[in-house]
Amino acid sequence: MAGTAVRGRLTWQVATVATTADETDSVRTIALDLPDWPGHQAGQHLDVRLTAEDGYSAERSYSIASADGEPVAITVERLDDGEVSPYLTRELRPGDQMEVRGPIGNWFTWGPHDGGPLLLIAGGSGVVPLRAILRHRQRSGSTVPARLLYSSRSIQDVIYRNELDQYRGNAEVWYTLTRRQPPGWGGFAGRVDDAMLARIAWPASQRPLAFICGPTPFVEAVAELLVARHYPESRVKTERFGGA
Amino acid sequence: MALDGNAIGGLLLEIFAAEMTSAEATCATCGAVCPVADTMVYLRGPGTVVRCRRCTSVLMVISRVRGLNCVDLSGLEALQVKAASA
Repeated sequence: MAGTAVRGRLTWQVATVATTADETDSVRTIALDLPDWPGHQAGQHLDVRLTAEDGYSAERSYSIASADGEPVAITVERLDDGEVSPYLTRELRPGDQMEVRGPIGNWFTWGPHDGGPLLLIAGGSGVVPLRAILRHRQRSGSTVPARLLYSSRSIQDVIYRNELDQYRGNAEVWYTLTRRQPPGWGGFAGRVDDAMLARIAWPASQRPLAFICGPTPFVEAVAELLVARHYPESRVKTERFGGA
Repeated sequence: MALDGNAIGGLLLEIFAAEMTSAEATCATCGAVCPVADTMVYLRGPGTVVRCRRCTSVLMVISRVRGLNCVDLSGLEALQVKAASA
């Protein structure tokens, strides 16, 4: 932390949108220019503050999608009744500015020293911090074994699909599609259940480290399944999100 | 719908000037100890309400009034934060 002005002090800074990229019909990745970014750990968040001309402001917390050393990026899912996400996913253009503070949180985070084997389980856009963990693992040259089980409604809703498919052999990536499966689908179908975990979850005897991120009911159901498989609660890290 | 303590890491950092999601909270009602990250958090009310995951008692209420953060911690028996290393 040498060189940091005041330890622990969190201040808003102005971020400029560098690029935007659509991941799915309703999900967009936004890369930010943040000149004073101090670096971050995989799994951390940042807060975004948008202020309207009339002074009304709204704050939201987003997981950081990129690994440390890469341009800071967030991946935002549009909620049609949302106040902030329709703007971020539809209106925002490169060159636009917003206020950002972070990085935030050091509980739902992973670094190579935390070891593994890693079991990452994502529901919907809960894949975002887990993608940051996978990217950080790869960039750091970590050899900790990693498996990702990623639950989406349909194949069109899978975020980062091309990138995740490239991990084959290095990290194992498994998909389950809960609502619709394309013809000839070779992955899992339906909600994450014990039968899937029987195939994918590392045995508790290997002292795996699990990260679960998704909507609240998803996270609670999966965490219960892992505890039933004798994962100690202290090795099951959870992060719940919901629309706002 | 309840979120969890990860969602208020920024707010708590603003108030405590320390990273708090990995701090351990002890519920004054049932004695459960868990990381702040694992508490139940409700953001939609007029203030932010943090509840114990085991017994659902209120642990903290944070409301922002005219630029002041009002923090009620009476539901907590203890809050243990790792000291910053020198």
